[in-house]
Amino acid sequence: MAMTCKDVWREVSNYIDNTISPEMRHELELHLSYCRHCTAIIDGVRNVVVLVADGRLFSLPVGFSARLRARLNKELLS
Amino acid sequence: MGAVAVKTTLSESELIHRILAGERELYYDLIAPYERMVYVSAMSLLHNEAEAEDCAQDAFLKAFCHLPEFKGESKFGSWLVRIALNEAKMKLRKTRADLYDSLDNAVDGEDDEYIPQTLGDWREIPSEALERKEVKELLQKAVAKLSERYRLVFVLREVQNLGVATTAQILGVSEAVVKTRLVRARLQMKDMLAPAFKNGRLFSRHPFKKGKNPWL
Repeated sequence: MAMTCKDVWREVSNYIDNTISPEMRHELELHLSYCRHCTAIIDGVRNVVVLVADGRLFSLPVGFSARLRARLNKELLS
Repeated sequence: MGAVAVKTTLSESELIHRILAGERELYYDLIAPYERMVYVSAMSLLHNEAEAEDCAQDAFLKAFCHLPEFKGESKFGSWLVRIALNEAKMKLRKTRADLYDSLDNAVDGEDDEYIPQTLGDWREIPSEALERKEVKELLQKAVAKLSERYRLVFVLREVQNLGVATTAQILGVSEAVVKTRLVRARLQMKDMLAPAFKNGRLFSRHPFKKGKNPWL
């Protein structure tokens, strides 16, 4: 039975993370071949994953380590 | 003996052992690899750099006090993240009691189907996007808009790159719940961000020549 859009949305993470069975992948890609809505959703989610995984998104504030060390020294070593 | 030499020769469990035996000065070497992880965890709840930094420092100090209780059943990093999240929640309760309650009780039917918006293609992202301050802020704001249950899963899985099992352990929920929440969080993030990226609208103040950039 062909996958519906809802089926695809449920599997979106598994598809992107590659934790999907080969049969399911095949079914899903078949659906994507004719459904541009779901294709757009998958592309968008993949972009989110790529952007957010970038270390620059939540980088440590400048001087974080030095201030942490100073606080630890003050409270633990003095 | 230099700190670098210690780091390369002592394993985590050896460091813990020696710190507990009194070598407090080794504590920073133990936690240094987890600075960002702890900070980001605090940031995921507090959304404010200064508060998150204070919270991270407090969490590291608290972890030091509780170090004798760390039995190694979980990874040290997961243990630290749990402490940081608890610390952040305590700060939220103290400073923003009303807001926290409303966040915690926010119900948006976990079992309901989330219907992603299909407006607007968002095919490709410019790799240099994150070098721009507004893109970073846009992403951080979108993360902040997720309700807490989705945000925590999203930050642990996507930002910190922790596994499903570790995330489930830290949050005290099942792996199935982690997976469901991650799908929901990703779709919501996509819906919040796609309109901004569509047609390169975000970059309108610095228009690029057509054809040169794939996302235009």
